[in-house]
Amino acid sequence: MKNKILWVSFLAVSAAMVLPGAETINGAGATFPAPIYQKWFQEFHKLHPDAQINYQSIGSGGGIRQLTEGTVDFGASDMPMTDEQIKAITKYHVLHFPTVMGGVVPTYNLPGVSDLKFSGETLADIFMGKIKKWNDPALKKDNPGVNLPNDDITVVHRSDGSGTTFVWTDYLSKVSPAWKSKVGANTSVNWPVGLGGKGNEGVAGLVKQTPSSIGYVELIYAAQNKMGYGSVKNSAGTFVKADYNSVTEAAAGAAKDMPADFRVSITNAPGKTAYPISTFTWLLIPDKIDNAAKKKTIVDFLQWMLTNGQGLAQGMDYAPLPKPVVAKEEKQIALIK
Amino acid sequence: MGTAVATAPPPSQARKLTKFWRDGDQITHLVTFIFAASVFVITVWLVYELWIHSAASRAKFGFGFLTGTTWDPVAVQFGALPFIYGTVLTSFLALLISVPLGVGAAIFLAELAPPKLSNACTFLVELLAAVPSVILGLLAWLSMVPIMRQYIEPFLKHTIGFLPLFTGPAYGVGYLTAGLILAIMTFPFIISISREALLAVPREQREAALALGATKWESTWQVVVPFARLGIIGSIFLALARALGETMAVTMVIGNDPAIHTSLLSPGYTIAAVIANEFTEATGDVYLSALVELGLVLFGVTMVLNGAAQLLIIATTRKGSKRD
Repeated sequence: MKNKILWVSFLAVSAAMVLPGAETINGAGATFPAPIYQKWFQEFHKLHPDAQINYQSIGSGGGIRQLTEGTVDFGASDMPMTDEQIKAITKYHVLHFPTVMGGVVPTYNLPGVSDLKFSGETLADIFMGKIKKWNDPALKKDNPGVNLPNDDITVVHRSDGSGTTFVWTDYLSKVSPAWKSKVGANTSVNWPVGLGGKGNEGVAGLVKQTPSSIGYVELIYAAQNKMGYGSVKNSAGTFVKADYNSVTEAAAGAAKDMPADFRVSITNAPGKTAYPISTFTWLLIPDKIDNAAKKKTIVDFLQWMLTNGQGLAQGMDYAPLPKPVVAKEEKQIALIK
Repeated sequence: MGTAVATAPPPSQARKLTKFWRDGDQITHLVTFIFAASVFVITVWLVYELWIHSAASRAKFGFGFLTGTTWDPVAVQFGALPFIYGTVLTSFLALLISVPLGVGAAIFLAELAPPKLSNACTFLVELLAAVPSVILGLLAWLSMVPIMRQYIEPFLKHTIGFLPLFTGPAYGVGYLTAGLILAIMTFPFIISISREALLAVPREQREAALALGATKWESTWQVVVPFARLGIIGSIFLALARALGETMAVTMVIGNDPAIHTSLLSPGYTIAAVIANEFTEATGDVYLSALVELGLVLFGVTMVLNGAAQLLIIATTRKGSKRD
């Protein structure tokens, strides 16, 4: 008797899992926007009870791989796909939809010193091991009147592959030719110096534990953990401390020369108040979706994400998209066939 | 016995019964053979998969992969030597600490401790062996790293800092800290298995030694331990395997720097750690297959070290029998 009940309930559960399967949309990719994606898919499901979107935060590289292999309906990435990656998918063309924005901030551990200012070249030289001491003339020049100690700098970077590292190294490549030729930009690079910590929490922990160290973390992580961080000199020559407004400002500055496919790096963007180490994060959507129900759900979701969805961003510490970018993206939705 | 013969079934039936039992033997033989063969199949399958998926990297770097010291995802240039070095060095450090500690503790628990204490300790040891490595990693991260940086590493630098092994800044993370956490992880295995092996030594061996006038210590060290030698060595193998493959705890405290340093205080990297760190975000075929090839290299390193250890056993066993 008990067995029978067990079997019936087992069958019922498996049927429940299979039946709405036709409507379930699966996505995978970047971990940085995962919290807001989960929230968005949840809210969207409340508005459209028949639309079920699952998201696995397995990393940008994994998202692109799974999309290429056709095991998910859409991908998500913190760095735009390269031309070769796009060409590798022959069945359709991949559209990039920026969803929210984030920033990466320098964080350091110098007892008694707060609100340091960094120029891009100085950061590049520190992370290359060229600047070894905190009282280096380059640091003194940017921070007049600050009592910088004669201590060795310990550099801390991410050890795991990460979109955060991509943005950070992409910025350093733009402001320092030496960095560009010797190190370059990627989710993992061949670091000239320093210790590696796993994840934002690993870098933050090492910086906190090690006196006279410097590292970099996501703006969201720094904000949520109330960590101090430095200002960075932007392309207009002003020192800007990262916050949601200055990050959104970077996208607005870059919006004028935005390519039609949205594959753009907005580090070191023009704009007097723009924060220079900012980035989009993208949803990767096929431009041809055969299943009509799936297509409708995805299109509806994109519409909603660009309008009401953006309102949820700031509450979760993400910077929302500037209006001109939203307007351009709404046009791109029409390309989904 | 007599009644059993009287009630035995007629000869023809008896033959059937023996035939059935012989068939049963064959069935058991077959079933257990399949179970045993699965070990072989899984190993071959694993190597095959690693071999296939590392094709792009093997084609590009050849044997240079093993000797290369650059790990540069941007320039698509990969070499495994810093990772091999880090893996072998941290495992060696771990065994250097955990073998004397573990074997010593096992001798105490099996030979010298009162049974109640021995049982209580064994329970704790088995509990410790079951702790997930990420939890030990947290312990290392939260308490060992600061202690190493503030006290132990400066102390080592002041006292034996003239050795190249103890130079450079004290970061708290590095080969030495990774070796220490691996020692903590592996010594419960050594204690637990060595103690079992020591307890399995027949009582007569001890009694004979004592009767010949040996002290308790002489009987333990010269009779009981050599008798249990194979079990103790087996426990060291298991410890080595765990140390070589450990990922989470190591990556949290080793500093993740793909370079070769002589100083034990310097940050380094291990094979398992780099695979775990970079696999999810690896883009590009060569990058991905280089990570898979690292898996193949780890498999090779494990095999070579195990083989070397086997040879060591054979050598020491011969020496032992000669002395006898």
